[in-house]
Amino acid sequence: MAASIGPEVLRAEHVEKAFGRIVALRDVNLRLCRGEVLGLLGDNGAGKSTLMKIFTGFFRPSAGQLYFESKPVQLRSVSHARSLGVEAVYQDLALVNELNVYRNMFLQREPVFGGVLGILDERQMRRRAIEMLDRMKVRVPSVDVDVARLSGGQRQAVAIARSVFQKAKVLLLDEPTAAMGAKESALILDLIQRLKDGGEIAMIIIAHNYAQVFDVCDRINLVEEGMIAFDKRTSETSVQELTERVVRQYRSVREIARHERS
Amino acid sequence: MQVEAERVGGVADARFTDKRREGSLRRASGVVLRWPEASILLAGALLAAYFQSTNSAFLSQSNIENLIDYTATTAIIAAGEVMVLVCGELDLSVGMVYALSPFVMHFALAAGLPAGAAVALALAAAGLVGLVNGAITTFLSVPAFVTTLGMMFLINGLTLTISGGFPVEPQAAPLFAAIFGGDASARLAWSLGIAIALQFVLKRTRFGLHTVATGGNLLAAAEVGIRVKSIKIRNFVLCGMLGGFAGIIDAFRIGSIDPLAGGAEITFAAIAAAVIGGTLLTGGSGTVIGALIGALVLGILKDGFTLSGVSAFTFDMILGGAILVTMAVNVRLTLWRERGEG
Repeated sequence: MAASIGPEVLRAEHVEKAFGRIVALRDVNLRLCRGEVLGLLGDNGAGKSTLMKIFTGFFRPSAGQLYFESKPVQLRSVSHARSLGVEAVYQDLALVNELNVYRNMFLQREPVFGGVLGILDERQMRRRAIEMLDRMKVRVPSVDVDVARLSGGQRQAVAIARSVFQKAKVLLLDEPTAAMGAKESALILDLIQRLKDGGEIAMIIIAHNYAQVFDVCDRINLVEEGMIAFDKRTSETSVQELTERVVRQYRSVREIARHERS
Repeated sequence: MQVEAERVGGVADARFTDKRREGSLRRASGVVLRWPEASILLAGALLAAYFQSTNSAFLSQSNIENLIDYTATTAIIAAGEVMVLVCGELDLSVGMVYALSPFVMHFALAAGLPAGAAVALALAAAGLVGLVNGAITTFLSVPAFVTTLGMMFLINGLTLTISGGFPVEPQAAPLFAAIFGGDASARLAWSLGIAIALQFVLKRTRFGLHTVATGGNLLAAAEVGIRVKSIKIRNFVLCGMLGGFAGIIDAFRIGSIDPLAGGAEITFAAIAAAVIGGTLLTGGSGTVIGALIGALVLGILKDGFTLSGVSAFTFDMILGGAILVTMAVNVRLTLWRERGEG
């Protein structure tokens, strides 16, 4: 079932980011609509993760403008971005091994009582976490176990479920299937497909393994040297074209390296 | 035939008894697995039983009071140290704050402030040291080990300077002095109350959860929007204040404020109590009740060896060895616990 693509939720115009002398992003333009899945591809150090951290409010752009639901916005912090509905699942998963599943799912948004004491409402957290995981068909041994005891796929699924649970409008997934076997990857890709079918959430998937995520994406952007060098709908391109493009890029990098050595 | 039946019955009974024994053992090991504090409590009970068997005075009332005296202040400092350790840091200066804080109280009393205000001022000064520790560690990215090591020397010098190197007598009304450490039951109540309250904070409140998250995965905690620097600074402040409070309690207990009291010895005793009690030096995991029991175990070892007449020269050797053995057993139990739950 292909869900329809809705109005614009996130836009970046001429975004740049520099860390001292190092320019990580230059003149990045990107647009994302509700229900759309955008694949953000590129080599290590191309600037994908930096761009993602700008969308989450972790970094502030050096120049350019972000728009959220067509309104200009300056993301002040991660909490600000989250309050707008921008959620991220990082490569490091942003899960705390020492905490159990339901405490991780509510981290920084815990229901509390007792005024300034901020006593955790464990019962509510537990109940709502079970409901949410059931609804998303995410299977874990128990919400009471520490996430350290879950498999890579289960951890990733919990991290994604947590973001969706927080009523995400934009979900940013950084290498969601990295270091996973085929079975675990399929579990995550199925979950992404189910979210896509829901049509409510816009997603950006950062991936090295573009062949794996190609099928769930509506559009592919290729980042090269801090710029969006390629922007096509998946219906207008193919894994083969992407491969040729990546191989060309790889050869040119090797050529430059050889030239520098000589 | 009957003999055979009786034999079979006897074997069945023996198997039944074995199974019951196995069940009891499993239940006991289940308790140790589920409650990290259980293993150190068991170690403490075994040590107490051993020292009682070697010297019947060990569990006498006066000796139990000695144990409380040692445990109470160490446990209060260890409670603050647990919070700092859980959020992934370390405070080496707390033993010097322990010495400084009673002097601040003394000068405030000498300046005519009421006793309550003097204690509050002393705690504020102790908290300020924690605030500076936290600010330097988080905003200047100086490792806590270095920050608090420097602060340890700085505060020691400050205490010696303002005191002139001489002890003074704490001045307060008898009831006030009794409540703030002059009375053994008050000392016990403070240490138990602080340990229970902080255990609740650590395990059941948002602040405790964010402390664990900050120490468990700093980057992840920051990425979900937890203000990790603020969490660390608040824990340093808490640790400093508890160090200062322990100093005030001991000042009223001893009836003297000594500029040479505390120091590295009490700091390391508190850290040892925290670690023996099950708090990780790597952050993300700890228990304040465990630290209280850890302090008690240290007290039992110290007191037990003293009663046994162990020479002062060999005492530290035995204490160090006992800490290493206790820690090794605790680490094995932790691994066993993780495998058991996995």
